[in-house]
Amino acid sequence: MSWLDPAGLYRPGATIVHRSPLGVRLGGLALLGVGLVVLRGPWSALGVLVVTVVLAVVARLPWRSTLRGLAPVLVTAALVGGYQTWRRGWPVGVELAADLVSLVLAATVVTVTTRADALLDAAVRALRPLRRVGVDPEAVALAISLMLRTMPALVTMAGETRDAARARGLDRSPRALLVPLAIRAVGRAQTTAEALTARNLPPPQPR
Amino acid sequence: MIELERAGVTVSAADGTTRVLLHPTTVTLSERRVAVIGANGSGKSTLARLVNGLRPPTTGRVRTLGLDVAEHGPEVRARVGFVFTDPDAQLVMPTAVEDVALSLRRSIPRRREREDAARAWLERIGLGDRATTPVHALSGGQKQLLALAGVLATEPRVLVCDEPTTLLDLRWRRVVDALLDEVDAQVLLVTHDLDAARRADRVLLVHEGRVLHDGPAGSTVDAYVALMAVR
Repeated sequence: MSWLDPAGLYRPGATIVHRSPLGVRLGGLALLGVGLVVLRGPWSALGVLVVTVVLAVVARLPWRSTLRGLAPVLVTAALVGGYQTWRRGWPVGVELAADLVSLVLAATVVTVTTRADALLDAAVRALRPLRRVGVDPEAVALAISLMLRTMPALVTMAGETRDAARARGLDRSPRALLVPLAIRAVGRAQTTAEALTARNLPPPQPR
Repeated sequence: MIELERAGVTVSAADGTTRVLLHPTTVTLSERRVAVIGANGSGKSTLARLVNGLRPPTTGRVRTLGLDVAEHGPEVRARVGFVFTDPDAQLVMPTAVEDVALSLRRSIPRRREREDAARAWLERIGLGDRATTPVHALSGGQKQLLALAGVLATEPRVLVCDEPTTLLDLRWRRVVDALLDEVDAQVLLVTHDLDAARRADRVLLVHEGRVLHDGPAGSTVDAYVALMAVR
């Protein structure tokens, strides 16, 4: 496994989390989000974090890639927590940092234990009532799947662009990385749009 | 059956100029294997995109399986599969089995049945053991096979392949070629691989935006080789 493997990609398994109904997993994630806003104080936040870590252990998340994937979130949580501790005291700092890590880790547990196809079906079902106001559930669900697929592709693209910059002696130039990367990303988006049209995706809405 | 009737496409260049490609092209392609050859930028890919309406003609008319591609784009694309040069652009789901299953969403509403059908397609093309492998972890050849499986799963009547083997090594090129040879659908193959072109029933040579030669494989490929001779 390389660092290109994103933390949230589906991994087949037979754990109790994998076998639980998808509604329970998504409903649990939504409840957790609401709970984190409603419950105040560092101890409840730390309690939720412990529960989330236990869930991740039970779901057998691969720790190495999960930690690598969560690294930016952990850094952000440390910075936000540190700043809030300095400005408003340690209880607020700990609460904010723990809430952030809990939420991202819980979402990772859901995506690691859920096939994108099942997420797509669930999203289509959940968005069906919005069809009346012009929302195409299949298109929104497909956009979610595309996002999951595009993340590792963008990481690969960034690596290739960085190597190209290095090959030309531009190791330390952010411009030599960001400009071509942005252009390639837009190019890829255009090709993907063409490929989706060729595959007749998203499927037309039933009339 | 693919019919181009005085068809042409206006394209814009990066410098703001426009030019008309392929006009006027009038051909009826009913052969089972048709190859399109020509130099880079000659208009081959534009011709391929005319067939399923990805590029509607700006002049003339294109009919595929009797349907006007400009008027019935989605209906045409439901019957015409398209394989791109770079499979990465075509694969939109995180794992192999999910990508093939995505193609089957319209025809098989139940997820379990859809997944079984997708796995069967993966077995058929030799990727059965890669069903839950993340797409980004597959090799270039495996990705192209997967893209092909995603298209074949919809059981198209016409299959358009835009340089499907250009990015592949010899081994994977042979695997993809063999798979294309077995396909029941009519195949329109845009290619730089002259060996593959020689196996076609009919070959079109596109040069500088025009169909310069149209005929049996041998004479058309020979005409292309002569045209490309370095002087």
